[in-house]
Amino acid sequence: MKYIDEYRNSPHFISLAEAIKRKCSRPCAIMEICGGQTHSIAKYQLESLLPESIELIHGPGCPVCVTPIEKIDLAVELSLRPNFIVASFGDMMRVPGSELSLLSAKARGADISIVYSPLDALALAQKHPDKEIVFLAIGFETTAPLHALVIKEAQRRGVRNFSLLTSLFTVPAALSSLLGDKDNRVNALLAAGHVCAVTGYGQYFRIARHFKTPIVVTGFEPMDILYGIYHALCLLEEKNYTVVNGYKRIVSAEGNTKAQEAINEVFEFCDNEWRGLGYIDQSGLKIRDSYQQFDALYRFKTERNIRKAAPVCISGAIMKGLSHPYRCDQFGKGCVPEHPLGAPMVSSEGVCAAYYRYMK
Amino acid sequence: MNTITCPIPKIENERILLAHGGGGRMTGKLIHDIFYPAFSNPLLEQQHDGAVFNAGNSRLAYTTDSFVVDPIFFPGGDIGDLAINGTVNDLACCGAVPLYLTAAFIIEEGFAISDLKKIVSSMKRAADKAGVSIVTGDTKVVDRGKCDRIFINTSGVGIVLEGININPTRTKAGDAVIISGRIAEHGISILTCREGLSFESSIKSDTASLNNMLRNLLEEVPSVHVLRDPTRGGVASTLNEIAESANVTIELDEASLPVSPQVEAACELLGFDPLYVANEGGVLVIVPEEYAQKTTELLRNHPEGRNACRIGSVVSEGKAQVRLRTIVQSSRIVDMISGEQLPRIC
Repeated sequence: MKYIDEYRNSPHFISLAEAIKRKCSRPCAIMEICGGQTHSIAKYQLESLLPESIELIHGPGCPVCVTPIEKIDLAVELSLRPNFIVASFGDMMRVPGSELSLLSAKARGADISIVYSPLDALALAQKHPDKEIVFLAIGFETTAPLHALVIKEAQRRGVRNFSLLTSLFTVPAALSSLLGDKDNRVNALLAAGHVCAVTGYGQYFRIARHFKTPIVVTGFEPMDILYGIYHALCLLEEKNYTVVNGYKRIVSAEGNTKAQEAINEVFEFCDNEWRGLGYIDQSGLKIRDSYQQFDALYRFKTERNIRKAAPVCISGAIMKGLSHPYRCDQFGKGCVPEHPLGAPMVSSEGVCAAYYRYMK
Repeated sequence: MNTITCPIPKIENERILLAHGGGGRMTGKLIHDIFYPAFSNPLLEQQHDGAVFNAGNSRLAYTTDSFVVDPIFFPGGDIGDLAINGTVNDLACCGAVPLYLTAAFIIEEGFAISDLKKIVSSMKRAADKAGVSIVTGDTKVVDRGKCDRIFINTSGVGIVLEGININPTRTKAGDAVIISGRIAEHGISILTCREGLSFESSIKSDTASLNNMLRNLLEEVPSVHVLRDPTRGGVASTLNEIAESANVTIELDEASLPVSPQVEAACELLGFDPLYVANEGGVLVIVPEEYAQKTTELLRNHPEGRNACRIGSVVSEGKAQVRLRTIVQSSRIVDMISGEQLPRIC
């Protein structure tokens, strides 16, 4: 397949892996931010091709994993109301809330619809004018433009029975928080290529300088990831705390300005809770007041009765590189994809699911 | 950022979830926990696509399958030919020549008779092509909303070819693993015409009866160890079942997996792994190494097997596992499907 096979099955692959071995003069920890990159690393067993002195830390870039349990509970509560349909991406369905996942709510009679695009959820709203359609909108800067677009489109079409329950995250604030943490172990970052395709990477220079952590904008194919690691090693070696674009075929410095405009028109920054990491200032997006008729949180009063239970899932420690799925007592025992105890075991981009599926 | 916690949920699993019908680990658990203990008998414990037993001087194969696919008409077929081909192929994978089928219909009130006619005529066409007769049946109609348009159950009986012993436990180290055609076409075809998925493609289901091709193969290569059609759960789940039955390690070669460019693109876009997507017209063949070449050539003589190729080997005994040699020459586990990639695929 054009633009994919070339970055998977490349004759340069082995020579790049060897160049990394030659370049690596001391132990270092490199964090890939995006869950898509984590998935690729596990699927192609890239760690087995790297020298032992390179440790990959699997960062917080899986939106399913960091969506707070409260949002799942709200979605479940709405889905069980008469004449409500909750629509979302398939990955969200199995994420455990404090009592039910959306999938188990479905088995209890809730009307749940798996869609591949928020526009499909909008179409559902037009098809069922007598029902309230709530789209559980999760994601990073990558999906935010689509969510902005669907809100503008709903307004244009005059659809009144459609709203979004949002859990939208922004990467740079979370990176500053992670790198500024007293326990931080990360020496270099592989930035999420598709987030940068939307936002550009201008704001990463300040982070790289301030935290003395080189950043390489990195894609998702095996070649992309090795290329990102190679560049990160070069920058570390030179003590050059800057940003390099290793995903030029997709990412430009300024990003997608149209997508940025759509985001800014519909959303504004807010403090946000990351499951496993806690609250991070200005690390999320919420719907602006001018579009509040499409905000499920504004539209529907919900009973927030969140039961906090024992902290068994160590996803936060894993995302900071302080622990590893293999060091979790529950991994592969109490926590498996069929019965996840935490979100990272659910999503295909979740680090525990990736390790379980490809390496258990 | 000081809390490193994620609340443990209360696991809620006392009800049937869609994933219990997905053909993977949860389906297996349901069968092992509920059905096997209740119905326990030696034939059931063969854990094959059908039961094989003696009746008079003949060895018979007997199987059943229900069809609830949504949508009922899809590119490359409909629920009717799927219902015939599914049962015919299960019999053929027991090493049998399929003879007689039953057909039972559960129909929702209000269903268009013209649609029923279409379905029945494609069943007739599929039965004629496979050389089987539908000899008895049943019809039930339920209130509107109590089933989704039409569900079909078929069962079938066939005579096992003389001297043939198809059984997953016969899998041995050194055997070759061959697939009769391109993978994931049925699942992706169904998906791309689903309501709510605005996704257009020309991918057709691979639904086809394989009994003529397999009979020809078994006549020429009677020492075939295993035949299995990788339907729900795809090639990955089927091979995991075989590996568990025989306690062997199977290694696949990623570069040799036959996936059409359209299916690969669709899987890429939707985040599916073709190894886990359902097939309806393909068969996995496990044969001793010395017959690998001949088997591939024989399959290729038939239109349903024109893309047949070897995809891996049984590398060792003593550990039940499926592994994949990736295109970047690393090696990883290929696990059984967990849950459900797509509901109501067949």
